[in-house]
Amino acid sequence: MSVRLRIIAAIKQIADEQKVRLPPLTDELTLHETGFDSLAFAILVARLEDDLGVDPFTLSEDVIFPNTIGDFIGAYENVPA
Amino acid sequence: MSPREVFALRDHLGTALTERTISDPGHVISLAELSRGCCLGDRGDALNGRSVLIATSGQLLAGLALIAIDGVARRMLLCPPDLKAEHLSSIIADAEIDAVVTDEPGRFSGCAVNLIVPVGLPQPSAQATKTVRATEWLMLTSGTSGVPKIVGHTLEGLCGAIIGDRPVPGEAIPVWATFYDIRRYGGLQIFLRAIVGGGSMVLSDPGEALADHVVRLNARGVTHMSGTPSHWRKLLMSGSVAEFAPRYVRLSGEIADQAVLDGLKQAFPLASIGHAYASTEAGVGFAVNDGLEGFPATLLGEGRGAVDMKVVDGSLRIRSTRAAHAYVGRAAAALTDSDGYVDTGDMVELRGGRYYFVGRRNGIINVGGLKVHPEEIESVINGHPDVRMSRAKSRRSPITGSIVVAEVVLTADADPARAEAVRNEILAECRARLAAHKVPAMIRFVPALDVTPAGKLARADA
Repeated sequence: MSVRLRIIAAIKQIADEQKVRLPPLTDELTLHETGFDSLAFAILVARLEDDLGVDPFTLSEDVIFPNTIGDFIGAYENVPA
Repeated sequence: MSPREVFALRDHLGTALTERTISDPGHVISLAELSRGCCLGDRGDALNGRSVLIATSGQLLAGLALIAIDGVARRMLLCPPDLKAEHLSSIIADAEIDAVVTDEPGRFSGCAVNLIVPVGLPQPSAQATKTVRATEWLMLTSGTSGVPKIVGHTLEGLCGAIIGDRPVPGEAIPVWATFYDIRRYGGLQIFLRAIVGGGSMVLSDPGEALADHVVRLNARGVTHMSGTPSHWRKLLMSGSVAEFAPRYVRLSGEIADQAVLDGLKQAFPLASIGHAYASTEAGVGFAVNDGLEGFPATLLGEGRGAVDMKVVDGSLRIRSTRAAHAYVGRAAAALTDSDGYVDTGDMVELRGGRYYFVGRRNGIINVGGLKVHPEEIESVINGHPDVRMSRAKSRRSPITGSIVVAEVVLTADADPARAEAVRNEILAECRARLAAHKVPAMIRFVPALDVTPAGKLARADA
């Protein structure tokens, strides 16, 4: 499964657990519009670290503040190997 | 106080000395041998008025040394087994130690103390030791980091909760045991109960397998046993429970949740099962014998006995004749507030007329500014019938600072194929009973969880 699909699956799983109704997940959707609170994002980032082996938000020297789903996925896709 | 009014441990040995024993895996010493003999090679007089460090390789010699030295030395500091070598010199200086009683003299050849008295098994002695003073008892706190604090007690204070425990003449002699080391507060309480309360004492040994320990508890006829909830969970998991039938089971040192209390009731249906609150600083606070976790709010208040209790800013405060009288040392902090209360640092919550322990103040996990006690999560997880024990802990998060994750040990008879179902059941229960930030973000099944030498669940992040 691609990084993108794994991230989407993790988001859906957490939305299910947190009883969040997700709108359709397009690249343009802002993170705010997902309905996720900071706890849900914290859980997402921790699970993705276990699944993908990286945490781009802690790794990065520059602080990354992704605005949209596209930015968020991009942060994982663009991590140098 | 004139010396005649002072009673030391040797003056409390009581009767039936031939039948009563102190034993470990290798030795059985009767109190009669002890009262007729000397374990200090007749050099006990040299300790008169000294500040003595009792640093033995095992518990048995420490126990014998306590009985030999109490009432003779000015103070005695009981050295726990896991004291780090680098802390020794500051403790010797803070406690003004000027003599060491040990079976490992080589350990102290390079230290500033020049009187080293060897301790061994009791040898017959013509010379009876006399009690000449009230010795100060010093113990070390079992904190996880930094130099342990030295806490000053008296024998009278240490024995304050041991009332009415004397056996009725004609009744069988109680045989006490504990998973604790007697060089810590919880273990010392049991040792004193055995000695002062007319019983025998069966010591634990860290090198002994649990199954062998249980065989020995049975062989010696143990009737009364204490330990931390972690100790008891380990016993419940061991498969050795069926052969053991104590009459009296006590838990202390950690939060006793309903799951471990129920598990023990099931394993030992005929036993009296209770949990007690005690700490090295505050002494024995209270005992709870109704089989329920937490304690009745009616225990709080002042002027109803030896112990006054109140809750301030969520933490339990205790003022007690059984509390330590001070921290000892050059930079010792005040032990109590201006009203004489010890702040235990144990956080409690009132629900329906009962207080429940929620965790240690300094063990709090901060999830995006919201406080979480790992113990309250563990208590929910441990309620699952397939769970034997668990540890909730902090995992750093770039979003909220920390999140909560949990490690879970399943019971021996749990079906490993059901692990995924158990995980979902645990999470469902956590979501039903806990705020969202307290629900573990991840649950990992592990074969075992570490327990510290003090018998408590190891918390690396606490």
